[in-house]
Amino acid sequence: MDLIKIDHISKAYSGHQALSDISLTIPDKSIFGLLGPNGAGKTTLIRIITKIIQQDQGKVFLNKEEITYDLVRKIGYLPEERGLYKKMKVGEQLIYLSQLKGLSRTEAVKRIKIWLEKLDLKSWWNKNVEDLSKGMAQKVQFIATVVHEPKLLILDEPFSGFDPVNADLIKNEILELRDKGATIIFSTHRMESVEELCDNIALINQSKKILDGSVKQIKEEHKQGQYIIDYTGTLPTKESFDVLNQTDLEGDLKRAHIKFHEASKPNDLIAQLIGSVQLFAFSEKIPTINEIFISKVSPSHE
Amino acid sequence: MKFSFQKYLQVMNKVSLIIFREYLTRVKKKSFIIATFLGPILMGAVMFLPTYFALNTQGNQSFQVIDESGLMGAVFVSDDEVSYEYISTNLDVAKSDLLESDVDGLIYIPDFELNEPQGFALYGASNQSISTLSSIENTLELHIESLRLLASGLDKEVIDSFEAHIDLNTINLSNSGGEQESSSGAATIIGYIASFMIYMFVFIYGAMCMRGVIEEKSSRIVEIVLSSVKPFELMMGKVIGIAMVGLTQFVLWILLTAGISMLISVFMSPEALEMGAANSEMSSEADMMATALSALGGINMTLVLSAFLFYFIGGYLLYGALFAAIGSASDSDADAQQFMVPVTAPLIISIISLSLVLQDPHGSVSFWMSIIPFTSPIIMMMRIPFGVAPWELILSMFMLILGFLFTLWIAGRIYRVGILMHGTKVNWKILAKWFMTSD
Repeated sequence: MDLIKIDHISKAYSGHQALSDISLTIPDKSIFGLLGPNGAGKTTLIRIITKIIQQDQGKVFLNKEEITYDLVRKIGYLPEERGLYKKMKVGEQLIYLSQLKGLSRTEAVKRIKIWLEKLDLKSWWNKNVEDLSKGMAQKVQFIATVVHEPKLLILDEPFSGFDPVNADLIKNEILELRDKGATIIFSTHRMESVEELCDNIALINQSKKILDGSVKQIKEEHKQGQYIIDYTGTLPTKESFDVLNQTDLEGDLKRAHIKFHEASKPNDLIAQLIGSVQLFAFSEKIPTINEIFISKVSPSHE
Repeated sequence: MKFSFQKYLQVMNKVSLIIFREYLTRVKKKSFIIATFLGPILMGAVMFLPTYFALNTQGNQSFQVIDESGLMGAVFVSDDEVSYEYISTNLDVAKSDLLESDVDGLIYIPDFELNEPQGFALYGASNQSISTLSSIENTLELHIESLRLLASGLDKEVIDSFEAHIDLNTINLSNSGGEQESSSGAATIIGYIASFMIYMFVFIYGAMCMRGVIEEKSSRIVEIVLSSVKPFELMMGKVIGIAMVGLTQFVLWILLTAGISMLISVFMSPEALEMGAANSEMSSEADMMATALSALGGINMTLVLSAFLFYFIGGYLLYGALFAAIGSASDSDADAQQFMVPVTAPLIISIISLSLVLQDPHGSVSFWMSIIPFTSPIIMMMRIPFGVAPWELILSMFMLILGFLFTLWIAGRIYRVGILMHGTKVNWKILAKWFMTSD
């Protein structure tokens, strides 16, 4: 089932098209990655979903209902431009932000304590925010986003500012939240996190949607009949494939990256090879999201 | 849109959370606590110190007198405070002796012509106070006058018998037929104090509002908060929260000032009474104080205080909203400067116009400036101690309420866009565009 439907959204700032005619659906209880280079329009789209800015055209539906301000307030939203009140103490600040989300004080205190423990911030309850490192402040912001246990989480560049260890910590929390039934939308221009996390993605470039769908399906669609083979002997010079590159492994063993001209079944390919070489390994080269991303947004593609 | 009471409660609850946070973080600040306690102490000091010095510096002065004219013998009479010693040494010798003695000064009376009294001098190691100078001048002048009267054949006592002394009591007639004693001096003082306090409060707390918005904007907390509340709710929460900080400070100041001045008056009174008996000049000052105090009774202090509260809150809301809008358009305090001048101009004009209002508190300039919301808080507070017709007061208050609703509306529209804009060079045209942006 789809939780969010984005229907022909357009938005222009003075003299600059930020989004043109974007349509998307975001399935329930899954992680959705909004990808695109800097300035593609990701944050604008998120701000439209969260009703912080107003679209010029189009509609956003949440559970088949056009999204309203009251629905937005139930969302957990981690903006890209995020900060905290510097002079406030960590605990006090989280209580305030949770209360704004509608939690009672006692409930807020209880949940915040659990979260601070989970993210190794337990001893920071009474410290001023200005004494926190950037990573710690990011964790506090993350807690503020999830503490009211929203059904929908929107995270704009959630991993920026984290070291790999903490990024992993947050990644695992996001997965756990998904397993508990939350729907998570996050935007990023860094692809490493996408493959492990996302069930579905949409790629936006220069205000337009370039592709969307499930990660699996997109990868399937972007296979280009490329294989990696380890072999001994000499590859046949047939016209059915190109050798993209070739390296020597130990002894006589060589590795080649080859691309077939026509889509054929792996067995047919193997049949063409085994006549001339001894085959030790054969694997299909599946493109990474990063590669698809680069091939789609690089200028040569246009 | 359907009105739901529950939703209304939720919104109010959130706004009150914001108000509470804005209030608490400021009231807990050291600077607030220091200002709150230092203010009344400074005020008390201003009241206390001049009296204190007046009482203490006068004591035990001694002067030498050289009278070369031979006309001024026994004019200067020693008392508890000042002692005079007539000497007949040469002036130059006396001057050099003066530096080595602990005598405070040397009064030199030359051999002068009655018609042209010149050449009098007071020598001393240090500067003499103005009151000492004037008392010596007075003594000399009085004596020369009576000498002249004698010379023209008139008797001083006869002249004295002609002298009349009148205190003009100013009495305000009210419509109800009652008569009230008033003092335009007291009204002026009260008007000035109230006007200046409104001016200061609006400025201080308006600027506080602006800095609060800039802080939220530059620390990037604002978008996190905006995922829970509407921009207008956030702005209102801040404006109201800071208004309450101002009220708290004002109430504490009144209480503390009252307490401190009560303590001082208890501490001072026996001495002051003693002084009054010893020094006729002091007792005339005490008379003036008593007159002023009784005139205070003529000014409706309840009205002044409640009007002060109203115009403080109204004026603050009017300007606070504009300050918040300026803050939302600025990334730093420096950015805000370009908008500060036009926004605060009416405040500054009001303060400059106070003397004009004072000359004619019921004139047309005074009237219009006390009706126009941008100037009315300061100008009306100047006029109220002089008595203002009820309809003028009601009109002025009504206009002020309209005024701050208007500025809150304008500010809200600028704020909701500006608060999310970073790094844009904002000018008036852009502000106007933000204002026009549809919801």
